[in-house]
Amino acid sequence: MTTLTATRRAGFDGLLRSEWTKLRTVRSTTWSLAAMAAVSVGLMSFIAWVIMRQWDQFSPDEQAMMAAEPLQIIIDQPVFISQLIVAVLGVMVVSAEYTTGMIRSTLQAQPRRLPVLGAKVVVFAVLMFVVGELLSFAAFFAGRWVMSDHITVNLGDPGIARSVFGAGLFLTVLGLFSLAFGAIIRHTAGAITGVLGLILIVSNLTVLLPGSWGDHVHAWMPTNAGQLVFKPSLPPDSLLTQWQGLAVFTGWTALLLVVAAYLFRTRDA
Amino acid sequence: MIEAVGLTKRYGDRVAVDQLSFTVRPGQVTGFLGPNGAGKSTTMRMILGLDAPTSGRVTVNGRPFARLDNPMLAVGALLDAKAIHGGRSAYHHLLCLAQTNNLPRRRVDEVLDVVGLSTVARKRSKGFSLGMGQRLGIATALLGDPQILMFDEPVNGLDPEGILWIRNLMKSLAAEGRTVFVSSHLMSEMEHTADHLLVIGRGRLIADCTVKEFIEGNSVLATRVRTPDAPALAALVSAAGGTVTSEPDGSLLVTELPMRRVGDLAFDNGLRLHELAPLQASLEQAFMELTKDSVEYHGSLGAQ
Repeated sequence: MTTLTATRRAGFDGLLRSEWTKLRTVRSTTWSLAAMAAVSVGLMSFIAWVIMRQWDQFSPDEQAMMAAEPLQIIIDQPVFISQLIVAVLGVMVVSAEYTTGMIRSTLQAQPRRLPVLGAKVVVFAVLMFVVGELLSFAAFFAGRWVMSDHITVNLGDPGIARSVFGAGLFLTVLGLFSLAFGAIIRHTAGAITGVLGLILIVSNLTVLLPGSWGDHVHAWMPTNAGQLVFKPSLPPDSLLTQWQGLAVFTGWTALLLVVAAYLFRTRDA
Repeated sequence: MIEAVGLTKRYGDRVAVDQLSFTVRPGQVTGFLGPNGAGKSTTMRMILGLDAPTSGRVTVNGRPFARLDNPMLAVGALLDAKAIHGGRSAYHHLLCLAQTNNLPRRRVDEVLDVVGLSTVARKRSKGFSLGMGQRLGIATALLGDPQILMFDEPVNGLDPEGILWIRNLMKSLAAEGRTVFVSSHLMSEMEHTADHLLVIGRGRLIADCTVKEFIEGNSVLATRVRTPDAPALAALVSAAGGTVTSEPDGSLLVTELPMRRVGDLAFDNGLRLHELAPLQASLEQAFMELTKDSVEYHGSLGAQ
């Protein structure tokens, strides 16, 4: 048997390595990410291919619209699908520990709770950033290639590089937003329902609110604001610019993370 | 060394742990005994900082657990064998915990070997039996080679061979000078392993003594007498202040009168004795006697 002696205090680097091990050693992470990449890029490419095959059947107006906003197909489609998987994965970073009971092992190994949550946030953020950027650039180049017969789009075109890069940022922030949700609610099913309900239903319903008050609520809803960052251009009446939108989404996420950190620190595990 | 002072945990109106003060010392196995729901697990969770005490405090080596520099080197605990993500292999479960405290990778293989799970180390733990899960939990506790070990009901789900193994493991850990704190609701289990006992009921400390003291202090001593002149002896014993009960087999059980006096009475009155024997209540009975008022959930059919 090895005799263990403390060489140094158990610190943040160990927690980072631990959280990375946790993420990569459950099959759901790899499977979900692989499925996310395949389905989102694959489906988008397929849709784009079908559109190109029937290009001549579209009216000149429709053709012009698609040529003007090619990212609506190339980026919006993959992000729409990927956000569901990112939300689920984000929620599960913390909620799965509570659902399985693993959290008690985790907090016995390192009872300093804020660093534990901090390590989860950092590791997941880095993973989502890398995956999100790979995915959005892969989608862009795949889409561009499939549509090249009728539509040309380049990273150098106005707003395009920002949008492609921004899609990866959006997915990263969404991942952390969901992670915070999972840490607050602690039940996987409940937290997933909450996040998806907010993204897919509540955010869109706010458009029905009356007056300029309603417009502001709608514009400032987390994902409504966040998704501006992958739009090359915005309508003139948009209340937020692209980067402002991402800042609003990031602000919401930071707020939720603060609440999550407070609860994570004070609640019994 | 674990020290609790006035440790209290309330859940709403219900007091789970009530003003508990105790010290768990190194070099011996300290049994933590109490009926189900007495507050044993809650106390252990508070020691590890998983639950925050409502009032009072508990320290590990003089500091709150969360302030220790290397928590896993100080304390290893098996609270419940279910504190595992079933989708992860035993090896990776241990690895991710080892990494938090910068423990070497080879340590994971070592503890897997100690608990006998090496051959299934790469399998996902959701397929593990209760006993295998328990062994993985014990491996987790041993991972940091800690000075203090806590086991909450460790024999649950283990087969007889496993039970013997964990008993010997606890004894050898204590013999190495470590602090071993083990809970159980079964007195018989403690009889085999513990040197010292903390007994709680309804969250309160009922006894803090050695196992020997516990038996002597809490077992109802009786004398079994077998005599052909039972009615005569019963009358004499009663007159001398003893209490006599007749057993179905014809013998008498005498309490509240020392055995020596019973023998003398018989001799003085010319009664023949065929048997005069001390009867010691088992630890189990002593435990039941002591905690009968503090059992939270009584069965409707007599646990008396």
